Amino acid sequence: MAAVEERQAPREPANEAEAMAHRRRMQKVQLGVFLIIVAVLPLVLQAMRPNDYRYYLHILVFIGLNLILATGLNLLMGYAGQVSLGHAAFYGLGAYTSGILTARYGWNPWAAMLAALVLTCFVAWLVGKPALRLKGHYLAMATLGVGIIVAVVIRQWTSLTGGSAGLLQIPSMTLFGFEFKSNMDTHYYYFVWAFVMLLTIIFANLVQSRPGRALRALHDSELAAQTLGVDTAGFKVRAFVVSAAYASIAGTLYAHSSMRFLSPTPFDFHTSIALLVMVVLGGQGTLWGPVVGAVTITFINETLRPYTNYDIVVYGLLLMILMIVMPGGLARGLAALWNWLLDRFSRSSQGEQQ
Amino acid sequence: MRAKKRAIWQVLMLFTVVAIAAGITGCPPQQQPDDTLPPDMTPDGLQPQGEPIKIGAIFALTGPASSLGEPEGETARMLQDQINAEGGIDGRPIEILIRDTKGDETEGLAVTRELIDRENVVAIIGPSRSGTTLGIIETIQQAEIPLVACAAASKITDPVKEWVFVTPQNDADAVARIYGYLNAEGINKIALMTSSDGYGIAGLEQHQVQAGQAGLEIVANEEFTDKDTDMTAQLTKIKGTDAGAVICWGIGPAPALIAKQMNQLGLTMPLIQSHGVANKRFIEAAGDQAEGVILPAGKLLVAEQLPDDDPQKELLVTYAQQFEERYGKEADTFGGHAWDAVMLVVNAIRENGAEPAQIREGLENTTDFVGIGGTFNFSAESHYGLSPEAFVMVRIENGDWTLIQ
Repeated sequence: MAAVEERQAPREPANEAEAMAHRRRMQKVQLGVFLIIVAVLPLVLQAMRPNDYRYYLHILVFIGLNLILATGLNLLMGYAGQVSLGHAAFYGLGAYTSGILTARYGWNPWAAMLAALVLTCFVAWLVGKPALRLKGHYLAMATLGVGIIVAVVIRQWTSLTGGSAGLLQIPSMTLFGFEFKSNMDTHYYYFVWAFVMLLTIIFANLVQSRPGRALRALHDSELAAQTLGVDTAGFKVRAFVVSAAYASIAGTLYAHSSMRFLSPTPFDFHTSIALLVMVVLGGQGTLWGPVVGAVTITFINETLRPYTNYDIVVYGLLLMILMIVMPGGLARGLAALWNWLLDRFSRSSQGEQQ
Repeated sequence: MRAKKRAIWQVLMLFTVVAIAAGITGCPPQQQPDDTLPPDMTPDGLQPQGEPIKIGAIFALTGPASSLGEPEGETARMLQDQINAEGGIDGRPIEILIRDTKGDETEGLAVTRELIDRENVVAIIGPSRSGTTLGIIETIQQAEIPLVACAAASKITDPVKEWVFVTPQNDADAVARIYGYLNAEGINKIALMTSSDGYGIAGLEQHQVQAGQAGLEIVANEEFTDKDTDMTAQLTKIKGTDAGAVICWGIGPAPALIAKQMNQLGLTMPLIQSHGVANKRFIEAAGDQAEGVILPAGKLLVAEQLPDDDPQKELLVTYAQQFEERYGKEADTFGGHAWDAVMLVVNAIRENGAEPAQIREGLENTTDFVGIGGTFNFSAESHYGLSPEAFVMVRIENGDWTLIQ
């Protein structure tokens, strides 16, 4: 792959500003295509598979939730260069805060979402502030702790969370009097994916902005960033809080999804790890990495399901192979592969002309 | 020129992503490979004809709750073969599609959707765990497919959900059975030791509700967690009371530890455990100290010792034999839950027809159905079909269960 990149290098536009403007234009096109795909996919499914399209919609809703989580984590890992081993905790905080406020205290789901967001951000700030002042991966340790604490609280504080028995009767989301009855056709799909689009666009703009550039500088070399006057600790904390906010929103959406029921298992340590895998496999530090990661992982899970006892083995093998062949993640790997093919093709056609 | 090319590949890359997503839709319907199933055991002459009746089964075949899901899945497979060998249902074979929930809520919901939308099953049996069950109720109710769950939480059927039924005996009946025993023994003061997990909390609630009605006084109420390695503090407190019996409500290794430490501390009153420890592992863990422990249990545990006029005896003995013959291990309560779930559905199909709505109606009208867990009587008011008589009291003697007559 290194050879491929070398060959590309001289053909990059000379002017850095021009390149940036070009990248932004491209990103707009990409986002537009993505939006169109998201919008028409249910219609295509409905037409192609009228009997079981609901099953695919269900899967797509969960891909959407994972996508939000992975995008948030991507900001932290791919840009701020920090690892969170307890992202499921923020997911759980969002889900349970929304669930408890709506089911037990009759709050409006939107107000509950906001409250969950505020609480999650506060917790993230509380954890990130001291941990991120230090160099190195102290945040990973801190988040690991938070993950365990949140999981224990959810399980043990039964009077509030319902404990292992779970929290029941969470109301549906409503918007202008329209109820998003979770299992009814395409409603909840569009609801979740509207959030996915919104959050992806916010993310795309964020990483192109000044803070985004600061974060990338920091990712490459903290020292260099500091000498350029970047408030490294401050930016890292902000990135962490934003990434927790993404998880909180995904949590709220989960709570009001087709289960309308919460139990501690989805917010365990294994979810945190699954998210890490999605981001790394997809390609951290890229806009489309989380998309590719979330889709691929879900796809692998779904296709491997029939191999009940061996799916874990196949899953592990696939991950290993993919990471060896495409260490920068699938998004980068596929792009490089495509570039290479294109290069080959144009060369051979040139050869024919001569 | 270069920029254009870049644009092309970037857009095309997006399409690759979509192609992957679309790949999911292109998947052929999944075949369930049977890892432990021997080749079809159906004798040729009896092969039922006609379109198979598809029943979904979702169990925690892997993951932390696999000790529940495994015997359940095995029982379902065994029944499928037996029913088809006997000519199926009205000449139609049945096909039980078994899926793994991994004991996980999201996974459970995904396989439920798959079974309903893709396989068009007429009924679903399982899941094994209460959490997984509660997670799919909403979907089941909207899809209008009958579910016969193998999980015990009272929230599943209280309040009654139109499409949801359960087979396991519940905590309320276990407590009622224990109190019946205590009343007969003339014990009127009890000390409680309950675990702080979902199981223990549900049990505690039942004790608090029922003790007064049964004329019993709770003189001590202690808690423990699954991971506790020392119970002396709680037991010493209990020693200072005049409790006539200690009732322990928990699962896992902790209840065995309590049995041990009660002996060490010289507590001589009887120890009553819950039905949660009604498996051989408890006896193994507690060793000699398990001797004399009393507990309510399903009749399967002491099938051979039941009086001959017990309506369940013949069925229990046959099931235990068949299961052991086929899988080379002892049948247990969880497999029994699956037996009841499958056969209740099969019975409803025979009585009322194979459409989901007909099955639901058939289930609701089921009366005096003799199963492994007890005799089932469903009604519009109750989708939990058992009574305290589903339990018998057993005592552990010489490392085995002995029926208390």
